[in-house]
Amino acid sequence: MTTFTERLSAIYSRTPEQVAITLQFSGRDDLRLTYKQLLRGAERYARTLEREGIQPGEVVVLILQHGEDLVYSFWGTILQGSIPSIMPFLTEKLSPERYKADLSALISITKPSVIITYTEFEGEVRAALQEGDSVRSVIVTDRIEPAAEVDFASLQGLRRNSEDIVLLQHSSGTTGLQKGVALSHQAVFNQLNSYGKSLSITDEDVVVSWLPLYHDMGLIAGFLMPVLSGIPLVIMSPFDWVRAPYRLFQSISKYRGTLTWLPNFAYNFCAQKIRDRHIEGVDLSSLRAIINCSEPVRWESHVAFYERFKDYGLKMEALQTSYAMAENVFGVTQSQLGSLPVVDEIDREAFMSERVAKSPLDGHPSMQMMSSGQPLENVRVKVIDEDGKELPDQLIGEIALQSDCMLTGYFNRPDLTEKAFREGWYLTGDYGYISNREVFVSGRKKDMIIVGGKNVYPQDLEVLTYEVPGVHAGRSVAFGLFDESQGTEDVVVIAEVDSENADEQQRIADAIRLHVTKNSAIALRYVKVVGPRWILKTSSGKTARSANKDKFLLELQESGGV
Amino acid sequence: MTNAILPEVEKYIAAQILKQPSRTIAVDEPLISSGLIDSFSLMDLALFVEDTFGVRIEDTELNANTFDNLAQLAALIESRKA
Repeated sequence: MTTFTERLSAIYSRTPEQVAITLQFSGRDDLRLTYKQLLRGAERYARTLEREGIQPGEVVVLILQHGEDLVYSFWGTILQGSIPSIMPFLTEKLSPERYKADLSALISITKPSVIITYTEFEGEVRAALQEGDSVRSVIVTDRIEPAAEVDFASLQGLRRNSEDIVLLQHSSGTTGLQKGVALSHQAVFNQLNSYGKSLSITDEDVVVSWLPLYHDMGLIAGFLMPVLSGIPLVIMSPFDWVRAPYRLFQSISKYRGTLTWLPNFAYNFCAQKIRDRHIEGVDLSSLRAIINCSEPVRWESHVAFYERFKDYGLKMEALQTSYAMAENVFGVTQSQLGSLPVVDEIDREAFMSERVAKSPLDGHPSMQMMSSGQPLENVRVKVIDEDGKELPDQLIGEIALQSDCMLTGYFNRPDLTEKAFREGWYLTGDYGYISNREVFVSGRKKDMIIVGGKNVYPQDLEVLTYEVPGVHAGRSVAFGLFDESQGTEDVVVIAEVDSENADEQQRIADAIRLHVTKNSAIALRYVKVVGPRWILKTSSGKTARSANKDKFLLELQESGGV
Repeated sequence: MTNAILPEVEKYIAAQILKQPSRTIAVDEPLISSGLIDSFSLMDLALFVEDTFGVRIEDTELNANTFDNLAQLAALIESRKA
């Protein structure tokens, strides 16, 4: 039984001069923060929250980019006993109007008391506020309390209970921002204990990460775990990584990184796009595990990655997998470090039509399934059918789980929390099967699209298309389409319009691309505008996403597009 | 020279990035600010340009500040060849 603040207090008194976090920037020297510096910086935010009259247990939304302010304000909120939630910062890709609407969506459900942001961004934040909403204070980063000695005894965070909510985590888009996963101190520690054990973490480890902190993989594996475990963390901005992915390799080499996490697309991305001249002299031999997580894991992606980087000291057995979700804090399964993830060759036809994973018959087409590993020691996983009945090994059904690190609930959404469980088991919405305790994730029951490791709700994209002149409400469909070469899903949007004129349809297609991208920051790969009665509806009038996807694929094949 | 660069880049963007091989792109049509090309595709474009025209363009150089349409991209490539 412990809390974040107790843990930090213990580390602070034991090893104050140990480097906790190395922040990396583009065009600026690395900034190394010891635990002492980290907590002194954080304590200023804790006192600022006190000054504003914020009580422990109130929600604090952080709208900040990669850097000291984000790190200090996150831990400062913890030290003060209030609950941080990191909101993605406005990017140049997203329209300010949409960002304002997203922020309003977050405020309406999560009801934060405080928003912390930059002085330059204060105007944007205030514009999203409304008379009578929950926000009592907007704190800007250059008006915080001066530094002082850290006096843990005076911090309210020390008086929190281990069962109290410690943080909230949202996924992106309107739907995601209205569904905050609330986690307790105890749940996070239970996760860190079992996950840390499965990775055999020692104080020799160094975590290197480029992942955003508003996503579970970045927040838990790439931030909380190292800081609370006393393991050095080297972290760069996701925006810098996307422009220059080789920086991750340079950082691993420079800091002798041992652990890093990547979504599947990043394996293909790095293998295809990093040029030799950017990784000259780079040494990846320190890596114990590079863990594939947060979107379906592909054996082919591992092979491509290994082939590209094996001459740089990368060990094949460093390529590992995990199945994780914010509702379980993070990890559900982890492959066995030191050996390769289990790969299962199964019969393609039986997989598709009989929903069973079995060895291919002679001459039948097969497919490679890569395991996400075995359940962590504190997690139970089963696969169930539509009626909730447990299925035997090899049969494909919905993955359900139980653990001592589950979410407390969706914050202020008891309706969603109740729907998420069935007889005490959390329903993941993912399809998969178990074979000899190995968990294989094979698809999704829910319509969510996962693109580049990011969860996207298709309904959010569809609603955006209705705002484009010429598209009627209810007459578009969005879905994901797996792209073998990218190792992730491409986003497809199909919209039905009255016009059959090709030029007019092209004009609307461009307008959809522009509008949806600006309002979701999601790049659309295929935008197809079609004439009346193309889109298939269910008998109840709802859009059938999978049926429309099949129809789209068929047309694509016929036109020679695949 | 620019005349030779334009159609190749246009073809690549239409077929590989927009997945619309028959699409035409006007030389002054905004590409990045319009959402047609996202950051991941920009890197593909940079690699294509390097391999096809034998010039060196760093990934970080390709953004809406350095070019936003075909004419500007062709000019950038041209200046590197010189």
